[in-house]
Amino acid sequence: MALKLPIFMDYHSTTPVDPRVLEAMLPYFTTSFGNAASRNHSFGWTAEKAVDDAREQIGKLIGASGKELVFTSGATESNNLALKGAAHFYKDRGNHIITTQIEHKSVLDTCKRLELEGFEVTYLPVEADGQVRPEAVRAAMTDRTILVSVMLANNEIGTIQPLKEIGQIVKERGALLHSDAVQGIGKIPFDVSDVQADLVSLTAHKIYGPKGVGALYVRRKPRVRLEAQIDGGGHERGLRSGTLNVPGIVGFGKACEVAMQDMAVESARIAKLRDRLESRLMQALPHVFRNGSATHRLPGNANLSFAYVEGEGLLMALKDVAVSSGSACTSASLEPSYVLRALGIGEELAHTSIRYGLGRFTTEEEVDFVVKLTADKVQRLREMSPLWEMVQEGVDLKSIEWSAAH
Amino acid sequence: MAYSNKVIDHYENPRNVGSFDKNDPDVGTGLVGAPACGDVMKLQLKIDDGGVIQDARFKTFGCGSAIASSSLVTEWVKGMSIDDAEKIQNSSIADELNLPPVKIHCSVLAEDAIKAAIADYRRKKGGPQAEKAS
Repeated sequence: MALKLPIFMDYHSTTPVDPRVLEAMLPYFTTSFGNAASRNHSFGWTAEKAVDDAREQIGKLIGASGKELVFTSGATESNNLALKGAAHFYKDRGNHIITTQIEHKSVLDTCKRLELEGFEVTYLPVEADGQVRPEAVRAAMTDRTILVSVMLANNEIGTIQPLKEIGQIVKERGALLHSDAVQGIGKIPFDVSDVQADLVSLTAHKIYGPKGVGALYVRRKPRVRLEAQIDGGGHERGLRSGTLNVPGIVGFGKACEVAMQDMAVESARIAKLRDRLESRLMQALPHVFRNGSATHRLPGNANLSFAYVEGEGLLMALKDVAVSSGSACTSASLEPSYVLRALGIGEELAHTSIRYGLGRFTTEEEVDFVVKLTADKVQRLREMSPLWEMVQEGVDLKSIEWSAAH
Repeated sequence: MAYSNKVIDHYENPRNVGSFDKNDPDVGTGLVGAPACGDVMKLQLKIDDGGVIQDARFKTFGCGSAIASSSLVTEWVKGMSIDDAEKIQNSSIADELNLPPVKIHCSVLAEDAIKAAIADYRRKKGGPQAEKAS
């Protein structure tokens, strides 16, 4: 079969809706279009039943009861609700929050806003492989710590955090544990009770569901309380007002059901393809470095630095493949990825990174095409790179006094 | 980010990629930028005794706009006197390539590379302008 271009290899950013998911959603746009809050007619009852079924499907994937889920517009909203909601509700108990330097912006920027309100936030560093040391969490905890927020798996480097050990420490000190789990669920086993999580952010579009729908798991036993961030009709037990996105929620539920059923086989298949991609690239090219953990890693993630070739320049050459780069130039800020910098890999290598994200519809043919294309383009750009030339001549780049460009 | 057609053309068909012998007395070499900033340009100019640029080569570590900016200036400076080449402003490079605001620093780097290469040439020649250039 001919390869279809462009190839999508950016599954951390989003995923296509699985046909099984789409099929489940369709009736809820047209025939079963009721408002789940309409308690007085069958249209409403049908919608409410569909939402409740989806709650159970989603809950099952994370070992929770459907009643413990609050539907939101996505993980950004879930993270905002978890952090602001818990901080505001428990502010009389303490004002200290612990998180990590490599969280998603929707956690980090929410923490920054809480700092403006008077909360104190500790941003824990990570090890060279991207993992947070549980002992670092223990050392940061004080009597004023009310909340610890650590992601399940990182969106750039795919590193999986030791959440179970962290959860144990957080519980010993009586604080709440929140986890942004969007990159991990449906790909690796995750159970809210196993890690003793109180709050967990989820989203549908990373697991082959639709965009614009997410959820926050809020533990009921012992009960975790939150201050609502959106006021209105009192939907979702008063925690998140607003008419429920019924088709989206149905799709989210179906996506979780499919993920649960296929996870073991699918993750093994994807990890094998990822390993093929990584090992073949490293065979084809010298000076290729893996960013993040080799072992504690999402199956579909390969974050590689191609030394002496700038990431955005390489992305432009890989125009038949959708991947992303930690290079400064792909963002408006001109700063290279804060996640890569937190690993301590140095800005010059951070500028040369490419993130490959493999997923459900990635094929071996696609992987082989991407390997060949990447290897060709890296070679071409290295021939154009003054840094590569200097290294070939035996110049130590660290010995050069570089002019500051910006 | 969408690139202009001119950036894409220079990126896909870069002009004058390569190197001259940096020890050649007629060659001025400019190396500007820093790996930690994500952009490094090396521009080399071969200059005759009349101060006219006969040939130019570049190598660039950077994004498509940085590669295009350096490729473009190698075309522009050929046949120019070094006094005229020194007057090339980054704004002309940015205009020619339709660089968006976030990429203006690429054109600044290309301007700096021309000036650095000419300064290196003058230093080598040890002429009366050597002091001024350094």
